[in-house]
Amino acid sequence: MSARAAAGIEVRGLRKTFGEAGVTALEAVDLSIAPRQFVSVLGPSGCGKSTLLRCIAGLEVPSGGSVTVNGATVIAPPEGLGMVFQRDALLEWRSVADNLLLPVDFRRGDRKQARARAAELLALTGLQGFENTYPAQLSGGMRQRVALCRALVDDPVLLLMDEPFGALDALTRDQMNIELQRMWLAEHKTVVFVTHSITEAIFLGDRVVVFTPRPGRIAEVIDIDLPRPRRLALRASEKFVSYASHIRSLFEDMGLLKEDA
Amino acid sequence: MKGGFTALAVLASIFAGWEIAVRAFSVKPVILTPPSAIFAALGADFGWYLNHAWYTLIVTLGGFALAVVFGVLLAVLIVESRLLEKTIYALIVGLNSVPKVAVAPLFVIWLGTGAEPKIAIGFLIAVFAIVIDTVLGLKSVPPDILDLAKSLRGGRLATLWRIRFPCALPSLFAGMKVAISLALVGAIVGEFVSSQRGLGYVILSAQGTFDTARVFAAIMVLGVMGMALFWLIALAERLVIPWHVSQKQYIPTA
Repeated sequence: MSARAAAGIEVRGLRKTFGEAGVTALEAVDLSIAPRQFVSVLGPSGCGKSTLLRCIAGLEVPSGGSVTVNGATVIAPPEGLGMVFQRDALLEWRSVADNLLLPVDFRRGDRKQARARAAELLALTGLQGFENTYPAQLSGGMRQRVALCRALVDDPVLLLMDEPFGALDALTRDQMNIELQRMWLAEHKTVVFVTHSITEAIFLGDRVVVFTPRPGRIAEVIDIDLPRPRRLALRASEKFVSYASHIRSLFEDMGLLKEDA
Repeated sequence: MKGGFTALAVLASIFAGWEIAVRAFSVKPVILTPPSAIFAALGADFGWYLNHAWYTLIVTLGGFALAVVFGVLLAVLIVESRLLEKTIYALIVGLNSVPKVAVAPLFVIWLGTGAEPKIAIGFLIAVFAIVIDTVLGLKSVPPDILDLAKSLRGGRLATLWRIRFPCALPSLFAGMKVAISLALVGAIVGEFVSSQRGLGYVILSAQGTFDTARVFAAIMVLGVMGMALFWLIALAERLVIPWHVSQKQYIPTA
């Protein structure tokens, strides 16, 4: 289905400090992401995982090291980038269909052509019939589905998701995980998915990149060897549980989880 | 519609109470004219009032239109340029505290006694509301959405047009609702200072002959005009930004 090749990402010695005081958000981050891979970036709040995503997106300038997408150093948002934010970032004044066409409008593309693609994506997420609805009339889950469709409408080579389901209730979140997996299996983009949910990271990722708290470094990269499509019940399986307990032990070693006071 | 009916009923009872009070305490008509006399004065020369009201309306709309055009333009420049924000915006906020009415005689010296000085005063009084509200609106874009625009490689102009401007519309309409009333104030002040036409002139000349009924009649026409203008902007708002929360009559379940 995807006409364009997916992007590969190379992060080399990435460092990012903020402000005069030089608060270090990221330090010595090395990461290679192969095309079409789904990588979950997992860590506690404020560990710099969103900063990593923003550096890949070209929204932040690295203080040191480099990020390349398809071999080109990122200094501004690369072409063929789709992004999904924690708050859906939908435009309240545009209908669902027009929200989906925003990327097309920004590159002054052909709306008519894009409409078919938009309809196809809406059908994939069960939103057909909502084309002319305004975001204010949608539930949180539906809004985030629209945001996901918008990120995919221009057939991106790279999809960056910054805690996209963090604001949703647990049930909706599970549903969105299933749908995201289905869309990824259909479209096979390179995805970098930032989350603070261990379960979500394992369920979705080919690999899980675990971050330490400030300054953000990579503690471990774990390959997730679970067959796809993954079903929710898989989360109770022995292998899944052992991945989860391993990651939890990493967080315990960092002093983030303490069971005994 | 029901709200409008209630407001009308309240207005009618105020007039009734006014009429009764004036008669009961035998207040001199030159101090407080009973509504019946005001309506009689209005009815006797209705065409004449209408003619003056028309002049005031044109002046008001002229000042308002200029305020919207230049106010929005100025707001865009202020938001897009940090230098202008530090200079012009600070100056505008400062100037806003100067009573603009005091400047009215100057405009007569500069622009003569025609419609121009009145339009200029209306513009001057109304433009601040537009600039301040539009700047607020243009700056109220959530950071996520600005990031989204950047990630889509949107330039400044595209971001301004497709993101900032629509986002500012609710604030702009709030500013316009205030500005239309202020433009009307400006028009009347201008007519007070020097005029042979308009409702401001009617009020001032009627005051000269202690014709209180005429003063009240002109004020009543002004009131109706002010309400109609406000209502027209509210209507435009409903048509232009039906998506905004302030316009939601109900929350459909979805």
